[in-house]
Amino acid sequence: MTQESRNKGIPLNLDWVDSVQMNRSAIERRCSTMTKRRSIKKDWQAAWLLKSLSCIDLTTLSSDDTAERVKRLCAKALQPLRPKLIEGLDLGKLKPRVAAVCVYHAFVKTAVEVLQNSGIPVAAVSTGFPHGLNPLLRRIEEIRDSVAAGAQEIDIVITRAHVFSQNWHGLYDEITSFREVCGNAHLKTILGTGELGTFRNVAKASLVCMMAGADFIKTSTGKEGVNATLPVSLVMLRMIREYFENTGYYVGFKPAGGIRTARQSLDWLVLMKEELGREWMEPKLFRFGASGLLTDIERQLEHHLTGRYSAAHRQPAA
Amino acid sequence: MNITEIYKSMDYSPAPESPDLAFEWLQKHKAGFGLFINGKWHKPKTAKVFKTVNPASGQKLAAVTEAGKSEVDTAVKAAKLAFPKWNALSGHQRARYLYAIARQIQKHSRLFAVLESLDNGKTIRETRDIDIPLVIRHFYHHAGWAQTLESEFPEHTPLGAVGQIIPWNFPLMLLSWKIAPALAAGNTVVLKPAEFTPLTALLFAEICSQIGLPPGVLNVITGPGETGSLMVKHPDLKKIAFTGSTEIGRLIREQTANSDKKLTLELGGKSPFIVFEDADLDSAIEGLVDAIWFNQGQVCCAGSRLLVQESVAEKVTSRLKTRMAKLRVGDPLDKSMDMGAIIAPIQKKRIQKLVELGQKEGAEIWQWQGKLPEQGCYFPPTLLTNVSPASTVAQTEIFGPVLTSMTFRTPDEAVMLANNSAYGLAASVWSENINQSLHVAPKLKVGVVWINCTNQFDASAGFGGYRESGYGREGGHEGMLEYLKQKNEPSGTYKRLALKSVTKHSKTLNTELDRTAKLYIGAKQTRPDSGYSLPVVNADGSLAGEIGHGNRKDIRNAVEAANKASGWQSVTPHSRAQILYFIAENLETRADEFRNRLMKLTGVSGKQAVLEVETSVKRIFTYAALADKHEGLIHQPPMRGLALALNEPIGVMGIVCPDESPLLGMLSLLLPALAMGNTVVLIPSRPFALAATDFYQVLETSDVPSGVVNIVTGDALELGTVLAKHDDVAGLWVTGTTEECVNAKKFSSGNMKIIWTNDGKQLDWFDNQQSEGREWMRRAAQVKNVWIPYGE
Repeated sequence: MTQESRNKGIPLNLDWVDSVQMNRSAIERRCSTMTKRRSIKKDWQAAWLLKSLSCIDLTTLSSDDTAERVKRLCAKALQPLRPKLIEGLDLGKLKPRVAAVCVYHAFVKTAVEVLQNSGIPVAAVSTGFPHGLNPLLRRIEEIRDSVAAGAQEIDIVITRAHVFSQNWHGLYDEITSFREVCGNAHLKTILGTGELGTFRNVAKASLVCMMAGADFIKTSTGKEGVNATLPVSLVMLRMIREYFENTGYYVGFKPAGGIRTARQSLDWLVLMKEELGREWMEPKLFRFGASGLLTDIERQLEHHLTGRYSAAHRQPAA
Repeated sequence: MNITEIYKSMDYSPAPESPDLAFEWLQKHKAGFGLFINGKWHKPKTAKVFKTVNPASGQKLAAVTEAGKSEVDTAVKAAKLAFPKWNALSGHQRARYLYAIARQIQKHSRLFAVLESLDNGKTIRETRDIDIPLVIRHFYHHAGWAQTLESEFPEHTPLGAVGQIIPWNFPLMLLSWKIAPALAAGNTVVLKPAEFTPLTALLFAEICSQIGLPPGVLNVITGPGETGSLMVKHPDLKKIAFTGSTEIGRLIREQTANSDKKLTLELGGKSPFIVFEDADLDSAIEGLVDAIWFNQGQVCCAGSRLLVQESVAEKVTSRLKTRMAKLRVGDPLDKSMDMGAIIAPIQKKRIQKLVELGQKEGAEIWQWQGKLPEQGCYFPPTLLTNVSPASTVAQTEIFGPVLTSMTFRTPDEAVMLANNSAYGLAASVWSENINQSLHVAPKLKVGVVWINCTNQFDASAGFGGYRESGYGREGGHEGMLEYLKQKNEPSGTYKRLALKSVTKHSKTLNTELDRTAKLYIGAKQTRPDSGYSLPVVNADGSLAGEIGHGNRKDIRNAVEAANKASGWQSVTPHSRAQILYFIAENLETRADEFRNRLMKLTGVSGKQAVLEVETSVKRIFTYAALADKHEGLIHQPPMRGLALALNEPIGVMGIVCPDESPLLGMLSLLLPALAMGNTVVLIPSRPFALAATDFYQVLETSDVPSGVVNIVTGDALELGTVLAKHDDVAGLWVTGTTEECVNAKKFSSGNMKIIWTNDGKQLDWFDNQQSEGREWMRRAAQVKNVWIPYGE
């Protein structure tokens, strides 16, 4: 995405926020049938899985992360598939690579060093991830530091309390200040959907984040009890579509947490295609926040090539 | 396309479901299918053969036998002979058979799904994920009804051999809707699948053989409409259950009029899909996809009339077009298709013609722009906007993937437009305001209301329509009753009493002031339009008085008054009960007067007359008691939500009363109708009409609102026929001679009114079991199922 087409945000429009309606049963019904309405097999499955791979924000967000661990992850990001697999799939000029590497601020520098010249951006989780409860100024400082350290993408968490109190001004102001300090770095806003209680809250929070200039809206930190689900994703996608219809701005979507299988990733791609269209099936507008997904994609691609079911230990670890 | 190209386009792949095993099964039958009668396959040499084709390719799938008269006779005979033994089985034993059927279908579910798709042209996704699972669920659910039949329906008994005729749009699903309750209730069956789609029914017959269903319990005969017509006319079939067009339903109503066959008709529709401005619009649009592009729109309850609130109309239309563009139409066996083939070229032509007519009448058309397969019978998803209620396409059932769209301003206008139809099958209501939705649902004249959902079906919830969409319910408790009758049925032939002439002339000057009995219309005593009177003669031959000679115009006025009084149905049941009690009170106050009247008119003893008045008072108490106790059910379909089976009044009812027991007979019919909230046009006994005209004075003193009861005296056959032919009368009860009953049934086919007659038999009005109670409340009601999924 060029800087010009980035979401610049719009003034907070509370009438619009108030008009949001979400019907949980209908949304769940849509999701339960959607994936059965489309079948992706054979070469198509291989191509679609490569697309999934290209949309992965390869992530490590553990308390026991170390620089060495992050380096390993970056190495995997640089070579997500074994050369043999790439050769077998006959991909020509297509070089599979993940969309970004996502780490804590402490490891931004390490990751930037390993990934330099690769074109793979480093994303930093920020603003008191995963709780988002640090003082505002400190959260803003955190973003500034990560950007200074070379992070090109910043995944922030919103203050959930603003949602519960329907304090849309508070949420809007918070995100605009985050966006400002991001500068050229892209801003992904994590809603923590598993904790927001209702689809209506998710939809309204999505909309306010977009009005405040989010480049992506993201479901979860991966640390909530319930992370990315198809229904909650559908809610967010419909808000992205409505925001696009009304403003012309493209906003990306990032489901995170719990997406571990290749099959699941296809469900999400189908959701993107059906609800938003082809444009939203590229890493500039779609990301998976995942760590284990890549291994399963490799297994499935190997199966595609050999016809034999593969095992995880055959794929190089991240 | 190679992987890198796909990576760029991100298209879907062709994902064909293999038809190999289905073709293997067809290959086994390549010599042609016979008729499944008495547990054996019959292929009479003399019988004609027809072919069934795959609508998606036009290719012949199989040759099928056409059942003619002798085959129909054989099948009915087999069912009739099998009935006593089948009926004698315990509920548990029948439950085991139904359970085995469910299991067997489950085991062969994919074969059924593929075969259904081949024969019908609907997508494999729908047969696999919707039709077949619903079929299995239906048999499991009804295995349960079989098991509990004796305890759940202790007053009921099965009908005997029943005939069932099903359409081509849901061949196996509607087969299950028909067969499961019939067998569970202890009936035996002759079923005819549609001419276009016989294959899954034939496979089903094989399955029944495999599980050892006793011979003759189920007979499957194939053929065109004429075969069905032979069934309809067959004297040994005790019931006809039909799903199909209103046109054929009407014919069946007429053809069965001169029999006591029970009849359920599930007919056409033009179901409204109402979107309020506070709806979740994207979900509503997704609902539309399921409403009108499900099964190519060939669904009797398809949400084919979009009614959208003006304030969001533009948004909905534009989003709908975007959504439509994403539909995938093509090979039904491709697992990634949303829409398959239209059943046959003749249907496609009909759809095309109606769409063209719509355009001619001013509709704007918007069609799916994709590429349809070159072979096979396809029609693109179509949206007609700028449609008004006056447009043909807004009134006519198109039975194809064509949605018409109109706007409304207020909830009342939405209801008015929704009800502006001869049909009344289903409606969808989309609003996030539960107050709005639940306020609108009872006002819709339809058998099913889906709130924030559409085309939801389940074995536990009754399905069926109001108005010209037919009557009777399929599924659930209400559906079981359609295959049962009361144990204590009327018997003996009903005869009208001969009219006497005055033989005893009063010698003394009549000093009593003349009390003219008039008609009672809209709470007013009115003189008959004709200006003629008819004599009423006492038992001793003296003149009792004169009554108005009512005619068709009086009926017209009475029906108008009854329609205006429709507020009666929203009077709370408690208040209705209070008014009924008040009637009892006032009747008892005048007990002596009525006793005398009955003695004089009918010549019964004083004791008998007192008994009639006392029983009448008791009966009023019964219906006052039941007024607030004929409650609905909450069904439990497999979803997070409620399906409320509401008992609703039929509306304006015509009631033709018996001659004998002129007070009790009349009240036995009038009271359940009133208790349920209906308004009534009553034709009292002709020879004893004064008992009824005396009664309007009781009504006048009992706070019965104007127009709730209207009494038109005159000739029962003549006035009953006018009522039967009146399209604004929703229900008709006739106790009378066979001729009256036949007439009523035949002439009521115009608007498919809900009808009950004594079938020319004699009821015992003093028998509480036969002439009082819940069964009558059920007859005075129709069930509306309101589906309310919830969750925030």
